[in-house]
Amino acid sequence: MNGVHDMGGMHGFGPVVPERNEPVFHAEWERRAFALTLAIGAWGRWNLDMSRFAREQMPPADYLGSGYYEKWLFGLEKLLVEHGFVTREEIERRVADLRAERRAQTQPEPAREAE
Amino acid sequence: MSHDDHAHGQGHDPAHDHEHGDESHPHNRPLSEVELRVKALESLLTEKGLVDPVALDELIDTYERKVGPQNGARVVARAWLDPEFKRRLLSDATGVLADMGLIGRQGEDMVVLENTPKVHNLVVCTLCSCYPWPVLGLPPVWYKSAPYRSRAVIDSRGVLREFGVDLPDDVEVRVWDSTAELRYLVLPERPPETEGLSEDELAALVTRDAMIGTAKVNTLARRDRSR
Repeated sequence: MNGVHDMGGMHGFGPVVPERNEPVFHAEWERRAFALTLAIGAWGRWNLDMSRFAREQMPPADYLGSGYYEKWLFGLEKLLVEHGFVTREEIERRVADLRAERRAQTQPEPAREAE
Repeated sequence: MSHDDHAHGQGHDPAHDHEHGDESHPHNRPLSEVELRVKALESLLTEKGLVDPVALDELIDTYERKVGPQNGARVVARAWLDPEFKRRLLSDATGVLADMGLIGRQGEDMVVLENTPKVHNLVVCTLCSCYPWPVLGLPPVWYKSAPYRSRAVIDSRGVLREFGVDLPDDVEVRVWDSTAELRYLVLPERPPETEGLSEDELAALVTRDAMIGTAKVNTLARRDRSR
C-alpha cells in the first residue's frame, strides 16, 4: 500500500535530530497508551500487522502531524471498536465525562488566569 | 516507579513524572485531548475487565527500566570476547539470543549484522518503527521520525554524518529495512585499546546507537547511556 507511512526515499523532511538523554516515554499518557496497546493485544484478536495497518489508516495529513503514540492511540481505538471491545459512543461519552470532571476540578483557580 | 503512584479511575494524574514540568502541577490545567482519550480507554477497558491496571504498570516498568540497550550491549561484549559465541550469533542469532533469554515481543526473529573495517551496517524501519525490543528496548523518537525513515535508505552517509560518523568512501554501507517479522542488531567493531577489559567493562562502552548503526563504539564514548 503506497501510503504516507511508506517513507523510504521521500524528500523534504530535513535532518535527523536525536534527543540527548532521551527518556523512554515523554509523558504519562504515552506510558498508558503503550501499555494498553500491549495488554489488550494479548487477547490475540489481532496481530502486529493488523495493528500497524490500523495506524496507517490515519488520514495522511494527521499521520504526518502526529506523534508516535498518537498514532498508536488512533490504531488502538480503531481496533477496539472494530473488534467490539468498546463502541465509538462509549469512548466519546467517557471522554466527555472526564473532560467535565476535570473542568470541575480545575475551576476554582482564578490566580492562574494571569498566566 | 512504584505501582501505587498511579491513581486509576480517580480522575487525576500521577504526579511522578519529574522530567517534564508540564506534568508537575496535575490539577492546575485541563487535560489535553490525547490525555483524555487515553484515560477514557483505560477506564472503559478496566471496567469491562479487559485490562488490569496493575498489569499495565508492570508492562511500563518492564520497558522503562528492565529491557533496554544494556541487554544488547552484553551480547556485543560477549561476541567480542568469545569467537565461538560470535560465530553462532552471526549464523543463528534467534537461537543464541533465545538461550540468553533475549527473545520476545518484537524480537521473535533476529539477525545480527557484523560491522568490519570495510562494511558498515545501518538499521531502519521505513514503514513504521520495527526495532528489536528484547535487546534494545523501545526505539528513540528519531528512529521513528520521518527524517530518519525517509533518508536512511537514500542518503545513508548523510544521515551517518549527522550522527558524527563520517565513513571513508571505500567502506560499504549496508542498510537493512526491518519488518514486523525480522529485526536486526548491529555488532559494532571492537574499539582499539580495549584488550584486557572484562565483559562488563566492554559492555559499558557499547551504546544503543552503535547497535542501530548510527554510531561507532569508541573508548571515549563514556557515555551518554541514553544513546
